[in-house]
Amino acid sequence: MAGDELAVVPLRHWGRWVGGAVILALLGALGYALAGAKIDYAAVPGFFTHDIMLRGLLNTVVLAVVAQLGAIVLGVGIALLRRSANPVARWFAAGYVWLFRGLPVLLQILLWFNLALVFENISIPLLFQEKTNVLITAFVAALLGLGLNESAYMAEIVRAGLNSVDHGQVEAAKAIGMTPATTLRRVVLPQAMRVIIPPTGNNFINMLKGTSMASVIGFLELVHAANNIASRNLQIMETLLAAAAWYMVVVSVASVGQHFLERAYGKGVAR
Amino acid sequence: MSLVRAVGVRKRFGGTEVLRGVDLEVAQGQVVCLLGPSGAGKSTFLRCVNHLETIDEGRIWVDGQPVGFVERGGKLHELRERDVARQRRGIGMVFQRFNLFPHRTALENVVEGPVRVLGEPKREAAGRARALLERVGLAEKADAYPHQLSGGQQQRVAIARALAMRPKLMLFDEPTSALDPELVGEVLEVMVDLAREGMTMIVVTHEIGFARQVADEVVFLVDGAVVESGPPARVLENPREQRTRQFLSKVL
Repeated sequence: MAGDELAVVPLRHWGRWVGGAVILALLGALGYALAGAKIDYAAVPGFFTHDIMLRGLLNTVVLAVVAQLGAIVLGVGIALLRRSANPVARWFAAGYVWLFRGLPVLLQILLWFNLALVFENISIPLLFQEKTNVLITAFVAALLGLGLNESAYMAEIVRAGLNSVDHGQVEAAKAIGMTPATTLRRVVLPQAMRVIIPPTGNNFINMLKGTSMASVIGFLELVHAANNIASRNLQIMETLLAAAAWYMVVVSVASVGQHFLERAYGKGVAR
Repeated sequence: MSLVRAVGVRKRFGGTEVLRGVDLEVAQGQVVCLLGPSGAGKSTFLRCVNHLETIDEGRIWVDGQPVGFVERGGKLHELRERDVARQRRGIGMVFQRFNLFPHRTALENVVEGPVRVLGEPKREAAGRARALLERVGLAEKADAYPHQLSGGQQQRVAIARALAMRPKLMLFDEPTSALDPELVGEVLEVMVDLAREGMTMIVVTHEIGFARQVADEVVFLVDGAVVESGPPARVLENPREQRTRQFLSKVL
């Protein structure tokens, strides 16, 4: 009976109010401290669009994209070797992952950059010959260091993706007379992508930031660009903040891209 | 001449011998049902016919070709996987769990083989695929993804997908075992039609009614060997072997 209804007192979540207030207070304090810090914020936009900074941005993006693409191609290859019927191929693939995943990226970049110390020339007999220190520029050294390390991770991601596809799919493809190569391309890989994309997007974001390690060998990426500009005006924090802003922009764009890729490959999956 | 001829087929998985010398002949246009208790090796035998499993001993010929081999210079040379794929084109297979490609619509599932394997132009293949979907009663589901279809509908798409390759032989591996009881009929109906049209079929099934209605011959497998075979009227109504009788008394 409607008239007899008692007033309802909703549960008050006092703890949430207190917790929220504490967080806001701490953020306020941080904001206050930053506002009072000796940072010339007005200079940051200028560095953000500084010529050298923009060249650094372009180099960062190119290095990350090329290294990641190379790593994906290599990673697929290594993952396939890992599943090969040939025991030597499996052994090689396992060793590859063990080595390139095991060494720090910075160390790998330095090893490649200094390759000329141990090999004066690089040659493919009858086809190609070049001095090592001409061939291995800072870009190439960074590309090799970042790309090969990433390819080891990609190999594991791709392997997990391939393993996630039901074996019945391969049998169905065989039953309509598909060759192994077509089966991989048309049936297995498209389904494996659903498993492969999220960690790959994650790794690509890591790769974007990892390019900063190329600054130690003098490659003009964002961090090196910031240092470069700061060396003239000594506004170290301001230039670093400008570089930081670019990282956030690039990473955000990559995250959005990942979202759309995931949606495209999620076709045919009941949610 | 028989379309399928199997002689002394043996297959072992690790230490267990799953097929222990199976002989079978299937004439053009014939429907043969493989019956028997689970674990008898029915599905394994079927999978050997299109080389999804490699046999250890014996030989299977489909349309005069030794499955998985080519005869050259008085010797049998093992085929590469790519050439085995070529042999499989003429053999359609329908699986217990449908195995439709989940990332493709019903129509795309049916089109895939003709376009990617036979190299048919897409438009022509799509036209044929629509006709096949109509034939299995799913014309209006052409653009649905497998997960939007019931089990019975998925299995009918799977049959259309196999038929799109214009097979001379169809293998059915317990095609109705994963279906809800009320969906079994629609799949069997399609299979009955197919049999009437003269398709050569080997069917592993537990549907005794289907075997009785459609089969030209039923073959009883127990523990990897043929126990009894013959026309369904005789074998199902009047089994000679003790083991056949035991099995039938359980399923009928």
